[in-house]
Amino acid sequence: MASIILLSVLGIANLFLGFLRSNRMLLPAAMVILLIVFGANLYDWNAPAQSYFNNMLTIDRFSVAFTGIVVLTTLLLLPFSQKYVRDNEANLAEYYSLLLFSLVGAIMMVSYDNLLMLFVGIEILSISMYVVAGSDKRNVRSNEASLKYFLMGSFATGILLFGIALVYGSTGAFQLSEIGTAVTNPANDSLRPMLYIGILLMLIGIGFKVSAAPFHYWTPDVYEGTPTFFAAFMSTVVKTAGFAAFLKLLVQAFPAAQGFWIPTIVAMCALTLLIGNVGAVAQQSVKRMLAYSSISHAGYLLIGLVAFNGALSGLSANGIFFYSLAYSIATVAAFGVLKLVHDQRQREDYDGLNGLARTNPLLAFVMTIAMLSLAGIPLTGGFFGKFFLFGAAVDKGYIGLVIFAVIMSMVGIYYYLRPIIAMYMKPADDDTAAPIVVGSFQSAVLVILALLTVVLGVLPGLVNGIL
Amino acid sequence: MLTALLLFFPLAAALLLHFVKGNAGRVFAFGAALLEFVIAVYAAVTFDASNAEQLEVNLPWIASAGINFHVGMDGLSLLLVLLTTFLVPLILLASFRHDYKNASVFYALVLFMETGLIGVFTSMDAFLFYFFWEVALIPIYFLAGIWGGERRVAVTFKFFLYTIIGSLFMLAGFVYLYYQTGPVANGLAAHTSDLQAFYDLSLTAAEQSWLFWLIFIAFAVKMPIFPFHTWQPDTYTEAPAPATMLLSGIMLKMGIYGCLRWLLPITPLGVSQWGWLVMILAVIGIIYGAIIAIRQRDMKRLIAYSSLSHVGLMAAGVFSLTQMGLQGAVVQMLAHGVNVVGMFFIADIIQRRTNTRLIPELGGLTQTTPLLSVSFLVVLLATVALPLTSGFVGEFLLLAGVFQYNNWLGAVAGITIILGAVYLLRMFQRVMLGPATSFTAAFRDLNGAELAVLVPLIFMIFWIGLFPNTFLQMSEPSVIRILSLMQR
Repeated sequence: MASIILLSVLGIANLFLGFLRSNRMLLPAAMVILLIVFGANLYDWNAPAQSYFNNMLTIDRFSVAFTGIVVLTTLLLLPFSQKYVRDNEANLAEYYSLLLFSLVGAIMMVSYDNLLMLFVGIEILSISMYVVAGSDKRNVRSNEASLKYFLMGSFATGILLFGIALVYGSTGAFQLSEIGTAVTNPANDSLRPMLYIGILLMLIGIGFKVSAAPFHYWTPDVYEGTPTFFAAFMSTVVKTAGFAAFLKLLVQAFPAAQGFWIPTIVAMCALTLLIGNVGAVAQQSVKRMLAYSSISHAGYLLIGLVAFNGALSGLSANGIFFYSLAYSIATVAAFGVLKLVHDQRQREDYDGLNGLARTNPLLAFVMTIAMLSLAGIPLTGGFFGKFFLFGAAVDKGYIGLVIFAVIMSMVGIYYYLRPIIAMYMKPADDDTAAPIVVGSFQSAVLVILALLTVVLGVLPGLVNGIL
Repeated sequence: MLTALLLFFPLAAALLLHFVKGNAGRVFAFGAALLEFVIAVYAAVTFDASNAEQLEVNLPWIASAGINFHVGMDGLSLLLVLLTTFLVPLILLASFRHDYKNASVFYALVLFMETGLIGVFTSMDAFLFYFFWEVALIPIYFLAGIWGGERRVAVTFKFFLYTIIGSLFMLAGFVYLYYQTGPVANGLAAHTSDLQAFYDLSLTAAEQSWLFWLIFIAFAVKMPIFPFHTWQPDTYTEAPAPATMLLSGIMLKMGIYGCLRWLLPITPLGVSQWGWLVMILAVIGIIYGAIIAIRQRDMKRLIAYSSLSHVGLMAAGVFSLTQMGLQGAVVQMLAHGVNVVGMFFIADIIQRRTNTRLIPELGGLTQTTPLLSVSFLVVLLATVALPLTSGFVGEFLLLAGVFQYNNWLGAVAGITIILGAVYLLRMFQRVMLGPATSFTAAFRDLNGAELAVLVPLIFMIFWIGLFPNTFLQMSEPSVIRILSLMQR
């Protein structure tokens, strides 16, 4: 709870920093705020689970763990906004504050107990994202991204709301636990069709937010137009919060209806894996490749939902937690390097990375670690992420789905190797001969990101199984 | 603890290498590799050949999942660790003459790879094994991809995809086996991935039948066995000489070792169901590799195909499931490691001095180079498997094993000795004898550094050839144990 209060209050305080003439204070201030929030959040780890707002929010280990991921991700991502600081971009304070407020939404999504809170959380997060997607105001692509995301997103929100209404109509409750008991009540059997339609519409709504196929169409275009910094935020924080909310909903409200929604999610999962991975192969821009790869990672995370065990602990929840953490860190590293390259070379295709190992060995190394982690190759966190998720699904007997996912991750290796080949094995051309200037602070953060990925890949026991 | 030291010492050296600049880097790397060899020899001296796994380290790694950091060595592991630690310093020494860009990164990757290889040979836990199996792949991919020849990008890409796809199948098999195991003694986890627990499983013949293929494909790609070999000649040719030596001298043995340690004892029924097919593929590989080798004009490619032929024979020995065949495979792993590194090194020496590897462009080297001629001839004859040299013991045992399995297959596989003599002696004749060409006119003999590589190799060739019992004794208990596990 402290994290929500702190983020709201300090977010407003951060907004007032915008009145200062210089933007230089903004980044340190935002990072200090996030550090405080991260500490306050960890402090809740050992406290007993506690409910707030008439039991509409519960802060328990599950929510603390996922809050930790989203706050840490934002903290590690922020240094890459340095260029905006240097350019003395107007309204920078607003963007930082929007990020902090959107984190409030993300935290509500991982700790809600009531469908209204879920809805409010998703909206807080989404509206901030609609704004930041268009933050590059003079760029047509950015405007397009913002409009597209807004139109499609609000449509999906409407569907989610309709789903919530139908669920309420058939169970008479917004509270997750009450919905759970009402679903098992035989007296409600005649309302089953309505309940199922409600669940289906909710799946669609959340599926849109986490870019699961077939509701993924916005993802590549929006990521491409959105400034890289905010695209990284979308593909990490929004996805992590979305999956935590997804899991909480299924575990606490609809365990009794699993015969209905598990097959649906299996189908979504297979489709998402196929479209994400095959789509990524065809891309010529690294950023679009990462967009499709984020779709494919939604597919892997859906496997965690398929391995449903009716609890916010055990193989399924731990798998999703570990995967989200490893994926977020690797994605921040990849987008961070890509942003630095893009800012100074104005290129987002694979050839823009040519010869990076010569000019900037550190950037190339961090990007390599990130790519290996996303591809799921040992020594990196991504391997154990996949390992735990696939293991959880095998444990529940979904061997066919896991084999399909393994084949899809073989496809993934193909496109994740392409940046590595460009960086290490192709010579620089005229465009890419000059080294990229990287601040020492950004270098330090990149090293931390690479180190975290390797630590997760060598000592996964540190965080696996904590839920 | 000794095993853990062996495992992490090269890694630590590789990390430290980052701080060593310039020419000191190669000396530092070589010193570290040499020290690693001393540690391995010390381990061998304290080793008690009559016992099973020893020098064990068993620590919880992912405790909640029952996955342990469990390493240890029996005779088989120890021999391969000795081979690795013996060859790596020589490979480093062999690369001294080259001026590689970012040399310290190059040497760090070689040492990093040594950790991966030793990890593969000492892991007693399935997921640890898989972990090191992939860890060994990453440095060799970069070694071949960054410092390789013109076509390196496409070739290493194919190599990486092939091997990793193969090993993902193995991982799938391991995951399935893992979920068949029961809770471990301490009760923390519901399953365990310990090697012994996998040995203790009782699997039905139908399960073993498909598990066999899942696991076998990873090993078959790595060895490589026909028809999974298509990555091999290109990769060997395009990779820089030290990477080729690592690939052919040590990495290839990962596949054979994997079959011995993991495939045969875990899926004995699968082996008895499909062994005939592997035997046929292996024998096809033996003949196919030899025939194609005859036609090669590029020295490196010729050695690559001869390596394919030899590894086919080792695989055939393993799947003959006789003690002779298995022992032959073990001793041939050592012999082939030594021989093939020598062959690639000599090819590299010739290429560096003449700027060509094409056999028709070479000739007439014997007149000016007594040392090179003698070394080349010894290494070559060892590869042909002349008695008294290392190749003979292995091939004799292997062929004896294959004959026990099936006379016809043995007879066909035996042709390899004749074909081997044909392509190798032809190469020697055309490269070393005859008139000198414009490429070979000003050819200098071996210098001290090159002799320092070749003399230990030649020493080992004769040691294995004259006193094979040193090594056979060490591996015998392991081989007997593997065969007895198959009788369950």
